[in-house]
Amino acid sequence: MSMGHTKHNPIVRALFNDDDIVLNAVKDLRSNGYHISEVYSPFPIHGLDEVMGLKRTRLSTAAFFYGLTGLFFCSWLTWYTMISDWPQNIGGKPNEYWALNMPSFIPVMFELTVFFAAHLMCWSYFAVNKLYPGAKAQNPDPRTTDDHFLMEVELEGEEADLTKKLQELGALEISKVEA
Amino acid sequence: MHYESPVRNPLILGDKSYSEITNDIAKPIESKAPRSWWIAFSIAFVMFMWGLGCILYTIGTGIGVWGLNKTVDWAWDITNFVWWVGIGHAGTLISAVLLLFRQKWRMAINRSAEAMTIFSVIQAGLFPLIHMGRIWNAYWVMPIPNQYGSLWVNFNSPLLWDVFAISTYLTVSTVFWYVGLIPDFAMIRDRAINPVQKHIYKILSFGWGGQAKHWQRFEEVSLVLAGLATPLVLSVHTIVSFDFATSVIPGWHTTIFPPYFVAGAIFSGFAMVQTLLLIVRKIFKMEDYINIEHIEMMNIVIMVTGSIVGVAYITELVIAWYSGVEYEQYAFLNRATGPYWWAYWSMMTCNVFSPQFMWSKKLRTNLIFTFVISIVVNIGMWFERFVIIVTSIHRDYLPSSWSMFSPTFVDIGIYIGTIGFFFVLFLLYARTFPVIAQAELKTILKSSGENFKKHHNEHGTH
Repeated sequence: MSMGHTKHNPIVRALFNDDDIVLNAVKDLRSNGYHISEVYSPFPIHGLDEVMGLKRTRLSTAAFFYGLTGLFFCSWLTWYTMISDWPQNIGGKPNEYWALNMPSFIPVMFELTVFFAAHLMCWSYFAVNKLYPGAKAQNPDPRTTDDHFLMEVELEGEEADLTKKLQELGALEISKVEA
Repeated sequence: MHYESPVRNPLILGDKSYSEITNDIAKPIESKAPRSWWIAFSIAFVMFMWGLGCILYTIGTGIGVWGLNKTVDWAWDITNFVWWVGIGHAGTLISAVLLLFRQKWRMAINRSAEAMTIFSVIQAGLFPLIHMGRIWNAYWVMPIPNQYGSLWVNFNSPLLWDVFAISTYLTVSTVFWYVGLIPDFAMIRDRAINPVQKHIYKILSFGWGGQAKHWQRFEEVSLVLAGLATPLVLSVHTIVSFDFATSVIPGWHTTIFPPYFVAGAIFSGFAMVQTLLLIVRKIFKMEDYINIEHIEMMNIVIMVTGSIVGVAYITELVIAWYSGVEYEQYAFLNRATGPYWWAYWSMMTCNVFSPQFMWSKKLRTNLIFTFVISIVVNIGMWFERFVIIVTSIHRDYLPSSWSMFSPTFVDIGIYIGTIGFFFVLFLLYARTFPVIAQAELKTILKSSGENFKKHHNEHGTH
């Protein structure tokens, strides 16, 4: 399924009670040309993102650059405070230029790299998932944080065909939502 | 697909389904606190208040109310600081290092171990703050432009490295913990009946819905955070050891300190996890999730790290002798045979001798024995820090200034207070937070649950 999916077909929701059955149902429906718009699950299902055709997340790449930002920030901070703005003789450590004094800045450079990478990645994670304190629950059915799995399929063709298919695949409840 | 070798023991006992895991883990939050919880909480709260009083007395009067003197100017405060930071390390080790090594048994214990990390790092952070004397100027440790033109903090100093290490460690551990907590808060939100409770967990769960893309990001973020937290946790205690190792005090000026401190930190941290979880599993009836398998694994870690610490102690002695430096030699001779010999030998007995019992399978799978050893280890690790700090400085280069350290009631009160504060936080956590990472645990039910494993072994693959 292409990512530039803009059609607004009605959605059919199907509730399951087993992760293997959902995974199998997603595979089956996708091979029959249906578009699975969402699966809500109580825990991560290994391999689900692949069979749904989801792209890899770029959060880890982002974290790398956030880490680099921290490293550069700390390099600048230590250069400005210790070398440029107010250089001092501290235990006779050479400080004519930053690189000479750099070995004693390594611990803080490391810490700030981790600090920036971890925190900015988490903020990005909250932002892209639209997670914030007090946000309305994003799962339409509260049972999907316990032991149920809710699949949303875009309706293509006859509704009865899809309903029958979903029943065969093990859906417990099926309902239609107008988009 | 959900296959695991029959050689591996099940990690989830009993005939559990996903929904039973939900119920078992939500139960302590939804039911009334047992009487034992109230008793423990009251005791911890009284200790906390006593400690708080001593802290306020210290701030109001000055650190002269402690037992410090001209020669021994670091004693219980820094001992307690290092002790608490060390305890914190096991949480990150369990959640990060064991995640990278794909150790599934971590899933039952990581949540509580991380909580322990955060709460103990809070206790640790208190000591340097109050030792500053003028705590209201504590923000001076940050590189903030100021009216002195600007006079900056010294980035060459291990004490400043410590500021950055501890604050990074505390905040990164907290977000790591929280990211994992969000799906579990959502589980509680979705089953809450009481509207107040539902509203609180709605706020805490950030609206989590468990979409496929969100889980994909969740797993990626957890993995990257584990990758970041692993070197971080090693760096934190390394930097704590630099506070001593970069000085020129005999007994502190030791290159073995970083690995030795890290091993000791993991050692004491696992002991504290044992102490806490043996109580939690009993009070909240979590025996099916935190079972003998987990306890045994942790005991093995305690045994290995205890032995590493033992090797470090002996290496220190050998190197002091081999260095040919008479001051270095005296520092170690004085530790083992001087006026603080009792502290040194308590440390040796508790840390090096006692974990060796864990070679016996019978002993390391015995709950009472484990509990006793976990307490003994933490006593030993407190003595280790006391020995390193006080015995190295109480007899300095000038024999006329040699002295001893005796704690005042304020020293003791603050220490007891932090233990109380720690348990107040932990007990509140245990009543209001999901103490086991249930979403993660559900992913291993089919591979490591007793019922599924049994079924698999009897009927083969299906």
